[in-house]
Amino acid sequence: MLGQRFIGDGLRGNARIIINGVPGGDLGMFMSGPTCIIHGNAEHAPGNTMDSGMLVIHGSAGDAVAHSMRGGTVFVKNNIGYRGGIHMKQYEVEARPILVVGGTAHSFLGEYMAGGLVLVLGIGKEKAMTDRGIGSGIHGGEIIVRGEVDDYLLGVGAKKFKFTENDLERIAPIIKNFCEQFGYDPAEFLDTNYTRIGPASSRPFASKYVWE
Amino acid sequence: MCGIIGFIDRTKSRMDGSSIKAALSLMNERGSGDGAGYAAYGIYPDYADYYALHVFFDNMAESKTKVDELLQQWGKIVHQEEIPTTPQPGIKKVHTPWRYFFKPSEDLMAGRMASENDVVTYIVMEVNANVKGATIFSSGKNMGVFKASGWPEDVANFYMIENYKGYIWLAHNRYPTNSPGWWGGAHPFNLLNWSVVHNGEITSYGTNQRYVEGYGYKCTALTDTEVVAYLFDLLGRQHELSHEMVVRALAPPFWDDIDRMPAKEANLNKAIRLTYGSALMNGPFAIVVGTDDGIVGFTDRIKLRPS
Amino acid sequence: MTLGSVPPKFKVSIDRDQCMDCGRCIENCSYGVYRREGDKILIESRKCTACLRCVAMCPRDAITLTEKPVDYRSHPVWTREVREDIINQARSGKIILSGMGNARDLPIIYDRLLLDACQVTNPSIDPLREPMELRTYIGKKPSRLKFRKTESGDVELETKLAPNLKLDTPIMIGHMSFGAISLNSQLSMAKAAAERGTYMGTGEGGLHKALYPYQDHMIVQVASGRFGVNIDYLERGAAIEIKIGQGAKPGIGGHLPGEKVNEEVSRTRMIPLGSDAISPAPHHDIYSIEDLVQLIRSLKEATEWRKPVFVKIAAVHNVSSIAAGIARSSADAVVIDGFRGGTGAAPKVFRDHVGIPIEAAISSVDQKLRDQGVRNEISIIASGGIRSSADLAKSIALGADAVYIGTAALVSLGCRVCGNCYRNLCPWGIATQRPDLVSRLDPEQGAVQVSNLIKGWTLELSELMGAAGINSIESLRGNRDRLRGYMLDEGMLEILDVLPAGA
Ligand code: SF4
Ligand code: SF4
Repeated sequence: MLGQRFIGDGLRGNARIIINGVPGGDLGMFMSGPTCIIHGNAEHAPGNTMDSGMLVIHGSAGDAVAHSMRGGTVFVKNNIGYRGGIHMKQYEVEARPILVVGGTAHSFLGEYMAGGLVLVLGIGKEKAMTDRGIGSGIHGGEIIVRGEVDDYLLGVGAKKFKFTENDLERIAPIIKNFCEQFGYDPAEFLDTNYTRIGPASSRPFASKYVWE
Repeated sequence: MCGIIGFIDRTKSRMDGSSIKAALSLMNERGSGDGAGYAAYGIYPDYADYYALHVFFDNMAESKTKVDELLQQWGKIVHQEEIPTTPQPGIKKVHTPWRYFFKPSEDLMAGRMASENDVVTYIVMEVNANVKGATIFSSGKNMGVFKASGWPEDVANFYMIENYKGYIWLAHNRYPTNSPGWWGGAHPFNLLNWSVVHNGEITSYGTNQRYVEGYGYKCTALTDTEVVAYLFDLLGRQHELSHEMVVRALAPPFWDDIDRMPAKEANLNKAIRLTYGSALMNGPFAIVVGTDDGIVGFTDRIKLRPS
Repeated sequence: MTLGSVPPKFKVSIDRDQCMDCGRCIENCSYGVYRREGDKILIESRKCTACLRCVAMCPRDAITLTEKPVDYRSHPVWTREVREDIINQARSGKIILSGMGNARDLPIIYDRLLLDACQVTNPSIDPLREPMELRTYIGKKPSRLKFRKTESGDVELETKLAPNLKLDTPIMIGHMSFGAISLNSQLSMAKAAAERGTYMGTGEGGLHKALYPYQDHMIVQVASGRFGVNIDYLERGAAIEIKIGQGAKPGIGGHLPGEKVNEEVSRTRMIPLGSDAISPAPHHDIYSIEDLVQLIRSLKEATEWRKPVFVKIAAVHNVSSIAAGIARSSADAVVIDGFRGGTGAAPKVFRDHVGIPIEAAISSVDQKLRDQGVRNEISIIASGGIRSSADLAKSIALGADAVYIGTAALVSLGCRVCGNCYRNLCPWGIATQRPDLVSRLDPEQGAVQVSNLIKGWTLELSELMGAAGINSIESLRGNRDRLRGYMLDEGMLEILDVLPAGA
C-alpha cells in the first residue's frame, strides 16, 4: 500500500489494522478505539484529533503527528517532523494522549500543548532534541526528553522542571510498552536522565493583552 | 402589454406570411406601434445547411467590415445580401437589415470550440457586445427573424413577409416598458434556432442574466426577453434537456407541490430546482419559444399574465 | 501614576423622587455600579458599561444614563478613543482587546443600497394570498442535470444530488461557542432554530449534552483548537463547519479566558478546568489549500459523505480567490465573515482595521465563482453585521444563499451590545458562565424571542420580495438588477455591479 489517506478515519470499536507500506495523511484521524500497526513510515498528521486507540509506526512520521490528539497512544519508532504533538489536549484522567518518539523531532514539538504527554527518547542520537521551539505556547501537559535540553531550544511559555523518581514511576509503564512494541530492552531507559518541560503558566497569553 | 401569435403546420408544409400578418394586425390595440416582428422557420430551403445571420447595420463601412472579417476568420460566407425591404410611411429605416449565409470552418472548431453552434454563438455575442453599429438578431438555420420599430402591418409590409414561406410562424407586437424602441429591442429574440416572443416582465432578470453570463452569453439587447433565448440555448442545447425539462426549470412547480409528489418525481423536481434555481423565471409572463421542430408555450407560475 | 485616570465613559444617576428604593438596580448590576450604604443607594459610574440591565429592571424609570459626561477637547484627528488607547498602552505596554464588532464610524454599504418594487408594469405579489417561497438549500448543486430513458420510456434522473441542508428561511444563527456564551443562550437559539426550520452553529466549544435534542438543527464547528471534536460530535451535527478565520479578527486565533472555563465548559470542550482555551491562528494541519482539501475530505470520510462541510473564512482582500479555491474542494458551502462581525474579544487593531465589508465580499465572491463556472459547486453564507431583514434581502440580491446572524440573535436575547463579553459578568446571562447570571436567561422565553426575530425578518423578506414581483428566493439571489446604489462611489458600484439610484 502507498499513500492511501484517511485510514481508520472516524473508526470506532477495537479493530486491529495492520498496514504494510506507507499510509497517506491523517492516518487514524478522529479514531476512537482501534489499533493500527504500520510496518513502514507514516505521512502527515497520523493520530490527528484522535480520541482513543493506538498507532504503532515502525518507521518515521511526517509533520503534525498527534495534532490535537485527545486520547490514545501514538508510538513512532524513529523520527517525526515539525510540530509533533501540537495542541495535544487532555480532559480528566482517562483521556490522556501519549506520543512517544524513539528518535528525534523537528521544531515546535508540543506547540500550544494543552495536555497529555510527549516523550522523546533520542535512541541512537547524541542529543534527543536539537531543534528549537519546544513547547512554544504550552499551557498544559508535559514534554519529557531523554537527557539534557539546551535552554535556547525552549519555546515561549515553556519551562524546564526537574525529572524525579516519581516522574519515572509514572512513565515507566509507557516506556516498557514502547520497548515491547519495537523489541528494545527497557532497562536502559529506566533512569532519571530526562528533562521534563511544562507550561510556565496555564494562561500563557494573559500578560500580552489589556482591555479597552 | 404585448400581443403574441404562433402558428405551426404539423405536416411541415409551408405557408406564406400573409395570414400571420393579418392575425397580428388585429391585435394593434395591445401594442403601441413601437415594435413588431416575425420569426419564420423553413424559409431558406436553398441554404438549409448554412446559418442565416440577420444583421442590423448602422453603417455599411466600418461595422460591416468588422463583421465580415470576423466571419471570414471563423468560416465561410457562401452568400450575402441586403434583406429586401420596401419603404413604409410608418417606418424610419434607421438600420440596414443584412443577411449572411455562413458556415463555420471545421478545423477552427476542432481547436477552440466544441461545435458549429458554439462558434456561431460566440460570433453573435462578440458582434453584439463589441462591434459598434452591428447587431446580429437572427442566427438559426433555414429560419429568420424580421423585426423593426413600427406597427405590425407596416413591419410586415416593410419586409414583404408574404414572400417568405415557413412551416412555423411566430409574431409579436410590442408595447415596450423597459427598453428603448430600437429595432434590436423588438421581438422575437433569437439565438441559433431559438426564437422567443414574450409578453410581460421578468422580475428575475438580474438573476437570470448573471446566470447565463457565467456561461459566456452576453446580454446586450437592453431588454429582459433575450435572456430567455440564452436560457433555452444553455439548458436545451448545451445541457441537452428536453423542451419539457427546460420549461420545468424555468417555471418549476412550487415546493409544496413537490413535497406532495411521489418520491421519484419529487426528487427529480427538487434536482431541477436546486440545479437550475438561477434559471427560474419570476414575474408576470407568457412566453412562446419557437424551434425548428415546434413551438413551446408557457406562462409564469401563478398566471399573472394570460397567454 | 502620573497619567491619572481617564474620564468615566458613562454617568449614572437616580431620580431620587421617583426611586422607590426597591434595590433591583443593586441586585441586577453585575459590574458593581450600585451599592447600599445606610439608607442610600450609592453609584459608582466609572464601573458602568451601559449594559442597561438596571434601566430595564427599574420599576420606576428612575435611572438616567449619560454617555461621555466629561469629554475631551474635541479634535477631529485626536479623538477621545485615540487618546485613551495611547494612555492605556503607555500604562500597560500591551495589546488592546475589545469586545463586539468593528466600532469605527465607516459608511455601511447596506445603508447605501436601495431595494426595488414594482409599479404598474408588473403586479407586485401579495405574500398573504400568493405562495412565497423562501426555502433554501445549502450545499453543492450539480452544474447540470443528466437524464436517461428507462426501458419503459420514462425519463429518469441520472445525476445524484449531494447532501444539502434544507432551510425554511435563509436566516441561520452563526457560531457562538459554549464558553463564550452561556448554555441557556445556546439552548434558546437552538430551540428557535428548530422551530423556524433553520440551523445554528455550535461555535468551537463542543456540543453540550443539553443540545443533543436539537442536533439536527446544529452545525458543528471544527476550529484550530479542535475543542470537543470527536467522531461522536461530528456525527451528531447536521453539517460540519471548518473555521479558518473570523471577520472580527482575521488572521489570528483566539482564546477563551480561563475564568470562563468552568466544569461544564471544560467537559464540553474536553479541556482542563480553568485553563485558557487557546485556538491557534492557523489549523496546524492546514498550511495550504491542499491541506484544507485534505481536512475536508477526512471530515467527509469520517462521516461517510453524509454531511455537508462548510468552510468559514474572514473577508480579506483576496477573499474571492480563496473562495474559488474552496469551491474546487469537496466543501459544500463557504461562509464569509465580514469585518463588522462580532466577537467576545478581539485585539482592537484587528477588529477595527483588518478585513473588508461583507457586502463587497459577497459581491466579488459570487462574481469570481461565476467567472470560473463553479457557482453551483458551493453555497455562499454571508455573515458579519447583518442587522435587519433589509440587510438580509440585500445580501441575497448581491449573491448570498443565506446569512448567519450573531449579534442580532444576542440582542433578541437581551444583549445591549455593551462590549464587555470577555469579563464573564454579562448581566443578561448571555456572555457569562456565572450560574446566578446565567439563570437570568430562561431558555423557553429566550427561544420565543429569537424565534420571533427570525419570524419577523422572514415576514419582512416575503413582503420585500412580493413588492419586487418575486415569489421565489432563487429569483432574488444575485439579482443585482433590483438594487441601486446611493452615495456609493463609482469604484464600489463597479465591485457591487449595481447601478446608481436613478439609472
Ligand atoms: S431599580 Fe430603580 S426604583 Fe429600584 S432602587 Fe434602583 S433606581 Fe430605585
Ligand atoms: S452579550 Fe456581551 S455585549 Fe451583550 S450585554 Fe452581554 S456582555 Fe454586553
